[in-house]
Amino acid sequence: MLCWETVNESAIVEIRDLHYAVNSRLIFAGLDLTIARGRVTAFMGPSGTGKTTLLRLITGQTAPTSGKVLVAGTDLATLSRDGIYALRQRMGMLFQNGALLTDLDVFENVAFPLREHTRLPERLIRDLVLTKLQAVGLRGAVLLMPGELSGGMARRVALARAIIMDPEILIYDEPFVGLDPISMGVILRLIRRLNDALGITSIVVSHDVQEICSVADAVFLLSGGKVVAQGTPQQLQSSQSEIVRQFVGGLADGPVPFHYPAGDYYTELLARDEAC
Amino acid sequence: MRNSHTLNLGTGLFVLLGFAALFFLTTQTTSRGLSFGSKPHYDVTAKFDNVGDLKVGSPVSMAGVEIGRVSDISFDSKDYKAVVVMRLDSRYNQIPSDSDASIYTQGLLGGKFVGLTAGGGETYLKDKDHIDFTQSAFVLENLIGQFLANFGKTAAGAGTDTAATPAAAPAATPAKEKTK
Amino acid sequence: MPGELRNRLVTTLVETGAMVRFLFRILAGVPRALLRFDLVVAQVYNAGALSLVIIMLSGLFVGMVLGLQGFQLLQRFGSEEALGIAAAIGLVKELGPVVTALLFAGRAGTALASELGLMRATDQLSAMEMMAVDPVQRVVVPRFLGGIIAMPLLAAIFSMIGIYGAQLVGVQFMGVDSGSFWSQMRSGVDLVDVTEGIVKSGAFGIACSLIAVYEGYHAEPTAEGVGRATTRTVVTSAVTTLFLDYLITAMFLK
Repeated sequence: MLCWETVNESAIVEIRDLHYAVNSRLIFAGLDLTIARGRVTAFMGPSGTGKTTLLRLITGQTAPTSGKVLVAGTDLATLSRDGIYALRQRMGMLFQNGALLTDLDVFENVAFPLREHTRLPERLIRDLVLTKLQAVGLRGAVLLMPGELSGGMARRVALARAIIMDPEILIYDEPFVGLDPISMGVILRLIRRLNDALGITSIVVSHDVQEICSVADAVFLLSGGKVVAQGTPQQLQSSQSEIVRQFVGGLADGPVPFHYPAGDYYTELLARDEAC
Repeated sequence: MRNSHTLNLGTGLFVLLGFAALFFLTTQTTSRGLSFGSKPHYDVTAKFDNVGDLKVGSPVSMAGVEIGRVSDISFDSKDYKAVVVMRLDSRYNQIPSDSDASIYTQGLLGGKFVGLTAGGGETYLKDKDHIDFTQSAFVLENLIGQFLANFGKTAAGAGTDTAATPAAAPAATPAKEKTK
Repeated sequence: MPGELRNRLVTTLVETGAMVRFLFRILAGVPRALLRFDLVVAQVYNAGALSLVIIMLSGLFVGMVLGLQGFQLLQRFGSEEALGIAAAIGLVKELGPVVTALLFAGRAGTALASELGLMRATDQLSAMEMMAVDPVQRVVVPRFLGGIIAMPLLAAIFSMIGIYGAQLVGVQFMGVDSGSFWSQMRSGVDLVDVTEGIVKSGAFGIACSLIAVYEGYHAEPTAEGVGRATTRTVVTSAVTTLFLDYLITAMFLK
């Protein structure tokens, strides 16, 4: 039986001096951050800063080039394949588009982790599935196929599936993308309630500033592979940093430039005229 | 969730059809027929001067009926003859010991086979017996050589001088030989 | 340009190596996957039962063409009675395994590749990984097993229907004697020939199934990526099948 003792009692995920490069493109250079246990932590940042990559590093799907990723006190690099699988059973992840298995109905999708990892009797599985579906408000949709669900409903079913094994960490990868305001509100409510009711840690990656700031306890703003700002949502709103102001305010130009790098505009225009 | 009942039924039917096809191919298209495993048989040996292109697996027949197959062809370096082992169906166990074995050709240009002609003896062939009377395969070149030799003889006319025989020396003409 | 050719060769070598390693990974997961036999049965249905119609139709037409062409050719030598053995040998040894493999690659192979590619593109495979379920074992191995079980059976069905198609044309339409048709076939076709056909279809089954699941599993998670994966499945399966066909034929031609 493995012992999951944490060094820092209040930190469930620690990232120390993380470097990660893909095809000689440096995504993270010396990233340091700590995710507190029992809280809703949000990661925000412009597109392409590697927010999803960070999630993959936390879940062990990708290995860092250098640096440490500790989950519940254990360095992921020291774990074998089985070890990582065992760790993942204590995590739940909600993918951007739900990622439900298309050949199974809603019930079987939510029951999937139970069927694969446990030998619970059918009646118990049924009770658990219905309970989790009730928590996300979709108990009535239990016999539908994923193709018959709207985007928001699919995501809620995926959420029920993510919590079916009572994980300690819940990870949300861009949960608000493409949702109407009502569905967005539903998901927001669920994130907060599940976090508090189940006593878990929630990690949310998103760039919907207003939405996520309404439920998060701590926010990290990533840009250029580093943490450029962190704190509570209130601290971020009142921050004077330029990059924070641009991101929070949705400004078109600022530290994140409007123009993709290019040569001098007039030179290029004139060059084309000359070629005629 | 696709109805697992239709799924299982469909797969079962498919697999059944597939095995039926395999069964058809192995039994209805080959000469094996519905025989599984080897039938009871006994082996008989015979020596020939020349087996031509007789192959292992060529039929052995008597009165035109197939009674067995050639199971082995080898060469005896002591008396320079071909040794042919024939596997005969045990149903046909009343073949006289003094029968003779000859190598014939199927049709005009077909493959070779061994034909047995019954002798008049009282004892029958048993397992590991030996057929003493054999006739070798018909080799086309020998026939041509012999024909040319005879042609040369008659062309020489009534003369007793047989020196006019052409250079093509006939090879051993097919004749009944007692072999041991 | 020799440089580009060399690059192509190197890429092909690397891909072949990756595919073989993937094969080992699949084989390692076979025992566990057999415990979930219902998954394998579902895949045998997908690969085999759903391909039955195209295989049977093609077998019938190919057999009938064989009957026509064979009859015309043999008629020149006055050996129409040999139509049975000509059709049987042609189908059992060559046309059955090869044409079935090509049709399989087109129908079942593309279905496998696009299915897996779509699962890759919609994060279903990543989701399984996150739920600590090995996607290779759960999704890939049953499909692979389904393919290699279905292929020899389909090839046998193709050959059987083809022979009857040839018989239909030769005996019913062209007037070849039915008795001679079958008796000449029986004396001319040996168990070795049927075995050769079965070995071929088994080998083709392994190759085509492996290529299909490999391309699908490693497809790029975009719409074009899935499309590319399906195209490559058909092309690679076809070339590999014909290459293996030559190898096995030569092997049996001791």
